[in-house]
Amino acid sequence: MTELTLVEAVTRALAWEMNADPAVIVLGEDVGLNGGVFRATAGLQERFGTQRVIDTPLAETLIAGMSVGMAAEHLKPVAEIQFMGFIYPTIDHILSHAGRLRTRTRGRLTCPMVLRAAFGGGIHAPEHHSESTEALFAHIPGIRVVIPSSPARAYGLLLAAIRDPDPVVFLEPKRLYRMLKQPVADDGEALPLDVCFVLREGTDLTLVSWGAMIVETLAAADRLAAEGISAEVIDVATIAPLDIDSILESVARTGRCVIVHEAARNNGVGAEIAAELADKGLLSLLAPVARVTGYDTIMPLYQLENDYLPDTARIVAAARQTLEVT
Amino acid sequence: MRRDSDLGGLADPGRFSEPLEIAGNDAGTLLEYLRSMQLIRCAEELIGEMVTEGVAKTPCHLGIGQEAVAVGVASGLNATDRVFGNHRSHSQFLALGGDVYSLIAEVLGKADGASNGMGGSMHLYGASVGFQGSVPLVGATIPIAVGAALAAKMGGGQEVAVAFFGDGACEEGVFHESLNLASVYELPILFVVENNLFSSHLDIQLRQPSDSVARFAEAHRIQSRIVDGNDVVRVSAAAGELISRARAGGGPGFLEAVTYRLRGHVGPNEDIDVGVHRKMQDVNAWKQRCPIKRLHAAMAGAGLITPDEFDEQSRGVMSEVRSAVDRARAAPYPDKSTLLDLVYSTRARA
Repeated sequence: MTELTLVEAVTRALAWEMNADPAVIVLGEDVGLNGGVFRATAGLQERFGTQRVIDTPLAETLIAGMSVGMAAEHLKPVAEIQFMGFIYPTIDHILSHAGRLRTRTRGRLTCPMVLRAAFGGGIHAPEHHSESTEALFAHIPGIRVVIPSSPARAYGLLLAAIRDPDPVVFLEPKRLYRMLKQPVADDGEALPLDVCFVLREGTDLTLVSWGAMIVETLAAADRLAAEGISAEVIDVATIAPLDIDSILESVARTGRCVIVHEAARNNGVGAEIAAELADKGLLSLLAPVARVTGYDTIMPLYQLENDYLPDTARIVAAARQTLEVT
Repeated sequence: MRRDSDLGGLADPGRFSEPLEIAGNDAGTLLEYLRSMQLIRCAEELIGEMVTEGVAKTPCHLGIGQEAVAVGVASGLNATDRVFGNHRSHSQFLALGGDVYSLIAEVLGKADGASNGMGGSMHLYGASVGFQGSVPLVGATIPIAVGAALAAKMGGGQEVAVAFFGDGACEEGVFHESLNLASVYELPILFVVENNLFSSHLDIQLRQPSDSVARFAEAHRIQSRIVDGNDVVRVSAAAGELISRARAGGGPGFLEAVTYRLRGHVGPNEDIDVGVHRKMQDVNAWKQRCPIKRLHAAMAGAGLITPDEFDEQSRGVMSEVRSAVDRARAAPYPDKSTLLDLVYSTRARA
């Protein structure tokens, strides 16, 4: 089994599926000749040709709109948006068409497209190059929003996203692109898009997170374990539609829950999870649901970014506070 | 301040009211154009009546006066082509051969409608005739049509994509993004602008430095034609030329068809109380440029249709549309179970 970084796993998944399915088309800004701003599409145009790896002009609305048109014609476009902050022009088409095509035409047209974007902090740029606005997409009916947190899950979830008959927004935490290598079997096996992943079992509280924050969350679980506290860690991975049942099941056992995300707190996906826990799991809760999140402001430049991003200490503190409620 | 018109006579309501020049055109084809335009006119007039009555409850954007554009362009298309519309697309749906009952039923939100009652007037879908959908976001279907054209090119067939939109859509950014890429990749697509000189309520003279939008095609090195959009023969000839060229791998085409809507932006009224420069005398002058009246006059003058034949055809169209209206009014609405069943390929959470 080869050891791959997350970005290499993305490339392998793209190559696997392009090889297996001639309908898969990669398109985006600099994805061809250049191989992608983060090298996620490196070598694909050489291998699959300019017809299947299409360099587009700098026109994000067009990229999304033409992907909708291609997908309705039974192609499987996988479009890359270089940074999360560049994705907003695509919302015009993701919201207004991609997520609605199936319902609008009573299933006669579908939109099996993937919109990949590099997402989250970690490259020392403010605002558009580093933000986490996944909640914008999670609010859109008909769209799946998937965020991998390891090379193996990036590989398996991206394959699933490309094969899924629905439009998928696939957000790749750029802080993890080259943070670590992990054995990844390049075997074409997809992972499910409708379940959370339990990364660590525990009995005292449930830590719920996704994306790059999984790193800090697992580290927090380690630190809590050293204090004799057993934390379950859930990687939500597909934040929409949300597998709330897995989270409810875990919290039914632990009675306590801390949600961790990089995005701003206000109306973040954590708020939806907390609301679902209140709706459906209130009687199993032993303490209020806590959220450890970014702040309700723009993503700051690198020095302040360290203050903005949740860290292990903040997660551990929230966990302790939750555990103090008796 | 009113600038000089780059469209000249084409935008002048006092011009082009004479019978069409039809010499050299096949009588059967002309008769089909006439019937198709009458069907669209009649359907939209009855839809307008149903809006007034409150029976059609969804916003309806009527293209009364603009029928020749859809009919002329459709004459060069096949059911395997991919046509995209906008908020004013009853005409395109019918010109392509869409069933008038399914149109009226859709306008009334009924389960039998073209989009099974999910869309209404502004979201029409007719795959069997190549109508891949209309949506009321100005400019929105232009990049989707580009995607369909890319798929057609990759498929290696002869299909073309067609995007119908208005002069207002040329002010949207994605219009330029789409023309640029279509030109660079030499895609088989026809951009059809129904330049009716108004976007919602504002005169093109107050929105653009020129009243002719074909200049954008030139900027993107796309072949363009500017025609009298109320002359179905000229629309058909120009569209046919651009479509054939696109089918043969010659790249995109751009048709600017200058026309005028006789009713308001939305609803059946003549819309002289709002907006700028829209005067009753203009509306009345454009009525003399009516595409149906001019074709009929030419055909009658050439002895291609007698008054009796025309009356019989008109009655036939009226009866077809009236019976569609009666059936559609009696048809059921979509079942509540359709609210959530197709949001995802698997059922979404209730």
